[in-house]
Amino acid sequence: MNFVTILALIVSSTLVYSAPLILTSLGGVYSENSGIVNIGLEGIMTIGAFAAIVFNLTFASTFGSATPWLGALVGGVAGLIFSLLHAVATINFHADHVISGTVLNIMAPPLGVFLVKAIYDKGQTENITANFGYFSFPGLSSIPVIGPIFFKNTSAPAWIAIILAILMWWILYKTRFGLRLRSCGENSQAADTMGINVYGMRYAGVLISGFMGGLGGAVFAQAISGNFSVTTIVGQGFMALAAVIFGKWSPIGAMLSSLFFGFAQSLSIIGHQVPGISQIPSVYMQIAPYVITIIVLVLFLGKSVAPAADGVNYIKSK
Amino acid sequence: MIQKTKTVIEMRHIVKAFGDFKANDDINLTLHQGEILALLGENGAGKSTLMRILSGLLEPTSGEIWVKGKKVEINNPTEAKNLGIGMVHQHFMLMDSFTVLENIILGHETTRGMILDLKKAREQVLALSRKYGLAIDPDAKVADITVAQQQRVEILKVLYRGADILIFDEPTAVLTPKEITEFIQIIKSLAHEGKSIILITHKLEEIKAVADQVTVIRRGHDVGAFDVAQVSDDRLAELMVGRHVNMKLAKPEVQLGKKILSVKDLEVKSQQGSLAVKKLSLTIRGGEILGLAGIDGNGQDELVEALTGLRHVESGQFLINGQDLTNHKVREITQAGVAHIPADRQKYGLILSLSLADNMVLQTYYQQPFSKHGIINHPAIFAHAKKLIQKFDIRTTGAELPTSDLSGGNQQKVIIARELDRNSDLIIAFQPTRGLDVGAIEYIHRQLLKQRAAGKAILLVSYELEEIMQLSDRIAVLHDGQISGEVKPTETNDKELGLLMTGIKKEEVIND
Amino acid sequence: MIKVTTKTKNILVPLISIIAGFLVGALIMLAWSYNPIEAYSSMFSSALGNMNGIGETIREATPLILIATGFAVATKAGFFNIGLPGQAQAGWLTSIWIVLAFSNWPSYLLLPFAIIAGALAGAIVAGIAGYLRAQFGANEVITTIMLNYIVLYVCQYLMQQVMPTALRINTDTTKTISANGSLKIGWLSAMFGNSRINGGIFLAIIGLVIYWYLMKKTTTGFEIKAVGLNSFASRYAGMSAKKNIIVSMLLSGAFAGLGGVVQGLGTYQNYFTQTSSVDIGWDGLSVSLLGGGTAWGILLAAILFSILKIGGLGMQTIAGIPYEIVSIVIAAIIFFIAINYVIGLLFKTKNNRSKYYIPTRKEKAPNNSVDGPSEKIIEGSTN
Repeated sequence: MNFVTILALIVSSTLVYSAPLILTSLGGVYSENSGIVNIGLEGIMTIGAFAAIVFNLTFASTFGSATPWLGALVGGVAGLIFSLLHAVATINFHADHVISGTVLNIMAPPLGVFLVKAIYDKGQTENITANFGYFSFPGLSSIPVIGPIFFKNTSAPAWIAIILAILMWWILYKTRFGLRLRSCGENSQAADTMGINVYGMRYAGVLISGFMGGLGGAVFAQAISGNFSVTTIVGQGFMALAAVIFGKWSPIGAMLSSLFFGFAQSLSIIGHQVPGISQIPSVYMQIAPYVITIIVLVLFLGKSVAPAADGVNYIKSK
Repeated sequence: MIQKTKTVIEMRHIVKAFGDFKANDDINLTLHQGEILALLGENGAGKSTLMRILSGLLEPTSGEIWVKGKKVEINNPTEAKNLGIGMVHQHFMLMDSFTVLENIILGHETTRGMILDLKKAREQVLALSRKYGLAIDPDAKVADITVAQQQRVEILKVLYRGADILIFDEPTAVLTPKEITEFIQIIKSLAHEGKSIILITHKLEEIKAVADQVTVIRRGHDVGAFDVAQVSDDRLAELMVGRHVNMKLAKPEVQLGKKILSVKDLEVKSQQGSLAVKKLSLTIRGGEILGLAGIDGNGQDELVEALTGLRHVESGQFLINGQDLTNHKVREITQAGVAHIPADRQKYGLILSLSLADNMVLQTYYQQPFSKHGIINHPAIFAHAKKLIQKFDIRTTGAELPTSDLSGGNQQKVIIARELDRNSDLIIAFQPTRGLDVGAIEYIHRQLLKQRAAGKAILLVSYELEEIMQLSDRIAVLHDGQISGEVKPTETNDKELGLLMTGIKKEEVIND
Repeated sequence: MIKVTTKTKNILVPLISIIAGFLVGALIMLAWSYNPIEAYSSMFSSALGNMNGIGETIREATPLILIATGFAVATKAGFFNIGLPGQAQAGWLTSIWIVLAFSNWPSYLLLPFAIIAGALAGAIVAGIAGYLRAQFGANEVITTIMLNYIVLYVCQYLMQQVMPTALRINTDTTKTISANGSLKIGWLSAMFGNSRINGGIFLAIIGLVIYWYLMKKTTTGFEIKAVGLNSFASRYAGMSAKKNIIVSMLLSGAFAGLGGVVQGLGTYQNYFTQTSSVDIGWDGLSVSLLGGGTAWGILLAAILFSILKIGGLGMQTIAGIPYEIVSIVIAAIIFFIAINYVIGLLFKTKNNRSKYYIPTRKEKAPNNSVDGPSEKIIEGSTN
């Protein structure tokens, strides 16, 4: 195995594992910047994964290779609808954000499995036939060295997620919508006096996180797990939540953190193929991502500061 | 000169009820174009409620609002904005992590499509800033600028929205004497440009200096509207409080005791890491009140935090009763005889959701009789609370209620009761009457004077010059972390203190 | 609107939440043409209709009580301990290992040793997160999530590579523990129809009483509460935030570790490799949220939770309705408890204000003094 092949293997597998994390953590960033803590990303991903798999299994013969992409959108919409629960509870009904988010997490897996049992009469679905697979960028993949590493046989959803991260950074910091969204997470009372619809903005934040989380779950299911069962999403949503905090509540930060987590996860999975790493006992490779995260957090990031009004309910007096 | 005859705002028979409580009960108010109308009343009288109704933040329970001859309903701040009404809130409505420019345009953004056009917005804001003499740095983060600058941002925010009716809620509470003079110039020139202004205040001298008309409200009721030129200060004070007030408290001579606090060359860093207190030295003896005057942000927080063990001292030392307590733990300093009335009573002074009884033993819960071997004695804690509730006349229905149920004045009484009851030799009172009404202020001042008579040493840190002048035996002025001068209240005046507060040293003042 | 006293309201609101949760489950079942009445009756009859069912329900509740208590201790101090699964797992493996390794010890030494060691293991895992938070301000949500994974893989590794082969059947499962290290009590199981109910329930009750006593009657509890409610004021009052962070996390982890111990020495009598975070950790978190963090609340919530879980198995067998409906009902109940503000609007509490009652704050009138809006304190300085 030459160096370029090894690098290409690492990069492509990093991208595959990062894509769901990037998408989901971007949603988390929007929710928390609007002032709503969203610990329910895990549950939202689960629902997205469920919806995408059911869609994929049902329509693969109709839509062919477009199926996983449409499935991702269906997963996003399902996540958005599911996140309405969180939005209504926290924004209108003054619920504690952490409790409400936990409800999403404990509601989603049984709901998904219940529906799978109701639809297919068994505990987990078949494997899908139309998955994301690998994608080579025409033109770019033929660039020497860089092409094979980054653009050949790579994960298309990951590149879309990276582009989305840049776009969502730009929206958050350069547009009217972004400015208003952030103002609700920073000081909701002041935002209200400025004539900003705090409830509306917070709905936008939560629903965006629902859509992105659903998308993330759908991508995970259609690129990695290939079916839906109660163990399809185990901890991916929490990793995304960690990426939000690790990335200091910025879209770019969340994207980079997700790439880092994805890299670490993929190392433990493809490590045995990589010379030098394959000799290390597997337990070290398995715990490395998590240990490194803690070390980086402690050494370099220290105390992370959330948006000032994140997690604080705004109750309009009338 | 613009004719001040055209009526721009009329509020008729406004009632605002929160549950059974009427914050506004049949209030009338009339504002003419180009006029400065003062809205006078104590804290809690209902001034802010009335103005929040006018700016669309609250709905009146009943009553009518007429703006420029038309009856209107103002359901939200956007509608108020469209009517040309803008409010500068007492607590600035600013986003600390945003830039000045972002704060000004928020909610009324200049855009190309959906995209912020910051370049154009900046030009518009700078043009306004030049026109009204409101200097700002559009790219600075709000968290990094002074309070006076933040107020300018607030005014620009309102002007940027094209307001011609401006409401100012207690605008001078946070300003220095010099800044107040500048502020008065600003609003006079605004009125001169044809803007109509409502000024919420409880300071009589300001009304005299700037207002044309004054409307007085007391406990939610309308007491009347007056022509400022036709009514005396005393009369206004009486109308506001509802009884004759004697703010001059008796201050008998007290025999000075031994040296209780001595601070030597103290240096303390701020949260940002720069030196906030620089080689500061001072002493206070028993039976003496040392007033520490100065503008907010000149090292007061850091000094008080250092003296109470909440902040690390870089160099120098301080002694209490001769004992070096530099960089000792909070608890050790408390035990050595220091009482601390903190500036932010809800953040530092109390745990709002804990009961009044628990708050009363916040520093002493681990001592007998409140606990023994780590086991809490609830009856003793309640008995203690009951005693203090009586002694300090705290208005509450029970010691088991959370302190969040109490009014601001009674919350402060809880802190005062707890701190003074410990019989400490040194009392550090930081803005002890902030935001309280006249009755509560008088009460707290009396308590501090009582402690002085009992031979305690008192460090009074306040941004209210009036308070400093009234209570202090000596006044030290803090500027940029240093004492810029020390004077006696009987031998100084606002002007001299104002100069000292801006850093002009005592000698220079005298030579001036 | 119905007029009730505050006390009645405090009982009625959760009761309505529970009923509403069951209704949600019923609606979902109806939507997929299952019979909810048949479902719920089979659920309750299998959980409570015979001694074995009751015994299993109590057995199910045992670790949940302990883990929920652990979550509650951390929550009181203002920490979101999401690392319960890892802490419980550490307690589980530790206690089983000790019992297997010292199987010749007498029961009166071996059992306390294994229990204490299990609690310690949980405390150490949680203590790492507490220490990192206190010393470096590291966000405990991240550290505890990461610790869950670390424990998961380390336990796998220990089972496969480190544990002496004499103690295990294969690389995934240990041997069954001997009676002298087990929490099984013969007469208790016999009384409850030979169910797996065990001595752990006494441990759980004692734990609950300790928790109640700690928070209500001790200065340690007072400090934990104070730091959790307002870390700034606690510092001002001379309490050490650092100390309380670490103490509360150690306690929290110890309780969670005990949850793992009773699962091991009580329910399963062995340890087997886990492929994802142990479920009792998440269930315990749910129970704590359901019970509102009070001792009585946790006890009742754990029982309700266990009735649903144990009854759900019966429902699946008898009525042929997917077991998952149970978890949906549980999630729905917690949801309704979270939005209790809305449910509370149904009732008007009787007015018992005195003449001193000053309504400005409670009624959310505008804050026109300099106090500022009431703010949630997010994070305190711990330097």
